[in-house]
Amino acid sequence: MKFGVVVFPGSNCDADCYHVIKEVMEQPVEYIWHKENSVAGYDALILPGGFSYGDYLRTGAIARFSPIMPSVTEFAEGGGLLIGICNGFQILLEAGLLPGAMLRNSSLKFICQPVYLKVNRNDTPFTNQLKADEVLKVPVAHGEGNYFCDDQTLQSLKDNGQIIFTYCSEKGQEGLEYNPNGSLANIAGICNSKGNVLGMMPHPERCAEGILGGQDGFYIFASMINWLGEVGK
Amino acid sequence: MKEMSYQEMGLLDEEYAQITEILNRKPNYLELGMFSVMWSEHCGYKNSRPLLKNFPTEGPQVIQGPGENAGVVDIGDGQALVFKIESHNHPSAIEPYQGAATGVGGIVRDIFTMGARPIASLNSLRFGNLEDERVKQLFSGVVAGIGDYGNCLGIPTVGGEVYFNQAYQGNPLVNAMCVGLVNTDEIAYAAASEVGSPLMLVGARTGRDGIHGATFASEELSEASQEKRPSVQVGDPFMEKLLIEACLELIKEDLVAGMQDLGAAGLTSSIAESASKKGRGIKVDVSRVPRRETGMTAYEVMLSESQERMLIVPREGQEGRIAEIFDKWGLDATVIGEVTDDGIFRVYEGEVLAGEMPVAALTEGCPVYVREGLEPSYYQEYRDYNLDELPECNIDQALTALLASPNIASKRWVYSQYDHQVMINTALLPGDADAAVLRIKGHKKGVALATDCNGRMVYLDPYQGGMMAVCEGARNLACVGARPLALTNCLNFGSPENPYIYWQMQQAIKGMSEAARVLGTPVVSGNVSLYNETAAGAIFPTPVVGMVGILADIGQRCGMAFRDEGDLLVLLGRIREELGGSEYLQVCHGLEKGAVPEVDLEEEKRLIDLLVNLVEAGLLKSCHDIADGGLAVALAESSIRGGIGFQADWDFKGIRRDRVLFSEASGRAVASLAEEDLAAVRTLCAQLDLEITVLGRAGGDSMIFADNGSEFINLPVLDLARIWGEAIECHMK
Repeated sequence: MKFGVVVFPGSNCDADCYHVIKEVMEQPVEYIWHKENSVAGYDALILPGGFSYGDYLRTGAIARFSPIMPSVTEFAEGGGLLIGICNGFQILLEAGLLPGAMLRNSSLKFICQPVYLKVNRNDTPFTNQLKADEVLKVPVAHGEGNYFCDDQTLQSLKDNGQIIFTYCSEKGQEGLEYNPNGSLANIAGICNSKGNVLGMMPHPERCAEGILGGQDGFYIFASMINWLGEVGK
Repeated sequence: MKEMSYQEMGLLDEEYAQITEILNRKPNYLELGMFSVMWSEHCGYKNSRPLLKNFPTEGPQVIQGPGENAGVVDIGDGQALVFKIESHNHPSAIEPYQGAATGVGGIVRDIFTMGARPIASLNSLRFGNLEDERVKQLFSGVVAGIGDYGNCLGIPTVGGEVYFNQAYQGNPLVNAMCVGLVNTDEIAYAAASEVGSPLMLVGARTGRDGIHGATFASEELSEASQEKRPSVQVGDPFMEKLLIEACLELIKEDLVAGMQDLGAAGLTSSIAESASKKGRGIKVDVSRVPRRETGMTAYEVMLSESQERMLIVPREGQEGRIAEIFDKWGLDATVIGEVTDDGIFRVYEGEVLAGEMPVAALTEGCPVYVREGLEPSYYQEYRDYNLDELPECNIDQALTALLASPNIASKRWVYSQYDHQVMINTALLPGDADAAVLRIKGHKKGVALATDCNGRMVYLDPYQGGMMAVCEGARNLACVGARPLALTNCLNFGSPENPYIYWQMQQAIKGMSEAARVLGTPVVSGNVSLYNETAAGAIFPTPVVGMVGILADIGQRCGMAFRDEGDLLVLLGRIREELGGSEYLQVCHGLEKGAVPEVDLEEEKRLIDLLVNLVEAGLLKSCHDIADGGLAVALAESSIRGGIGFQADWDFKGIRRDRVLFSEASGRAVASLAEEDLAAVRTLCAQLDLEITVLGRAGGDSMIFADNGSEFINLPVLDLARIWGEAIECHMK
């Protein structure tokens, strides 16, 4: 079971994801430089957070043209497990692997703070080690996490159960006051219709070890590993 | 561009004469420009160098003291911390966003230039009155600039301080600190040693931005300063991120003989600094320097302060591998000159020699001024101000007003704009404790970092205030359980040509030096920022201290929040009653006067030992030092952070309650502990000859203070938490 962390120029959570997979989850992991053009041999890919290409033009807009992206797309279309965190989520949107777009936070400010997330489904590759409706505490750190899509897309996200995480209160209640960025329908993370590609703004790799103040993020990676193990049987 | 006279470049008549004497002829325009920036206060420290000699700079933990791009201290296991603090005050006064952003960029380059991976940023900010619209703009611009730059680099901004006072109206202070981690056998130094080695310039192209930035930083701000916006550089954090990764790869592969970042005075300074270390000369051809603008003169190229550029002297035969690594990161490296053996700095424009001067004349040749300081009349007058006649004010209202003061209120509005968790090392977050705590992956140890300075105290008594700044830094570290190791400082003052200001500098440096000596925390790096004045006068003298320390076991780290109902609350150190210079006097009486509480350095040292011992032994559940707002505010902050009230009740022995509650005398901390640990804590206090007073217990929903059973404050925690938590946000709406 091998993980790959794609490194774009300006990625800055690449080393964090690598550390968590290798040292905390104890799984094989390698960096994949964005100029490479194959992802052969990997079982799961992570597009990490950061500021690929400085977020110039638009977040993720340049990274999606990196040489590695066609093989990432092929990997995803073939059912490979792919998670985009923060800037990685933004890249997945720009690459068309997930629907919708990101706007600037409604506060117009970068925001770094812990948020609460409701787990809307626990039958996915990314949430199978969590309970349905469980509330997680995970940090966010972004300037553009205000998810937006048209009504039709939102309806299909809802109908297909693609909204995996929503911002909520500590007790699981949804409301704009618990939403750090003004995202549509309190969306914090969505998956594609097949369920093998997840994009989320919060950073599970920042809360996978007790010393960092929380371990809820651990279970997202553990879910991926469990799912890969089940498939492999 | 209109040519400037030497006076406009900030040179004195006698300095111009000295240059003429060195060259044995009149300097041409290029040479004059190069001398003027190298001989500015910002680059040459010509007014401060004699005073800086007083700082203790040595100790067994010191690997590199002042004189390199940053200081280096040993943290064991073959690892070291590389750190420095630097000002970007004047650019930020004119263009807050870019000024602050490029301040971060500059200090980060100083750290990775030494081969260290930057692991944390901190800052220390001062602004005028937060009611003022221009101040709000400056404040929000500076915070956004620091955040956007650091966030993009992926270096967590983990701590800092912000103060507001009329004294900084029009001349804000923006001091940025960066800390890096390096293996001791991979530290890189800035020397250009081998004759014939090429000089490579890498990173951003050179433009006209920032020309004479160093000169601009070395004069007072005035109405005309707004016209100097072209002296403010523009930052590109993405370029800097690429430079960090590429340069650290070069060092890992041991490909460079010398590396120097381009900061103040651009190519002129970085080349002169590299060459001077080994007495070498340099030949540089400006026509080879990649430009972002056409028609630039040799003068403009040599003085440009365009950001995100590095100068590299490769090891022999490694140019090819270096070019490969830069190519991987999409960076251009260009050979612009070579190292020579004659100690002369020659600037060519193609085949034409455009200027030549001895390297040493630019660096060590910078004139040094030893000035006379004069004690200002305010000093005795404010010291003698009689505080006994102050009317007693309503104590509940005073506590509430203090918690709402922007100087004490939560800084969440600030730190929520900074990514403080990237790199996943931050084990105590901003607001959790008196210092930031980071883990070192793969080790049990941790490091703690803090910045401190109370400018008002330094103004009222520069000697005591200078000691207080060092003590507070060390105490903040001790409260989380870290042993202070060393410090960096950023000395922000007015014009040294004013004898009263020069006196402030002398006294503050004397106080800081004594404290650093007694506490065993040498000064390993720093920066001086003078001429912080506007037409309205000079800023409060503000010598900011950035302290680093080490925790033996990060698992024992201690935050400031009360944890459990029923825990005992204790004061470690003495009950003090001096109110001079306190936030209470300012907020409740409109006074910035009084005798500054005296610092007892030996007692402070014992307190620091005590705190570290207590935290290491796991005897404390929370610990918070007493500083701004005094004992009452320290208790209130621990209560708010923990969401637990308290009942404090002890015998005030007839001393005025406001004195006991709001004195900001140093050498003290408030801690909470389990009742069964009290005896052990008392024993340790006795061993170190320190007083301990049981103040009361944590518990309930209210903050209650009583004097020998008679209750005089009873306020709901939730109400005070809201006031404290939202004060700055309310101002910024």
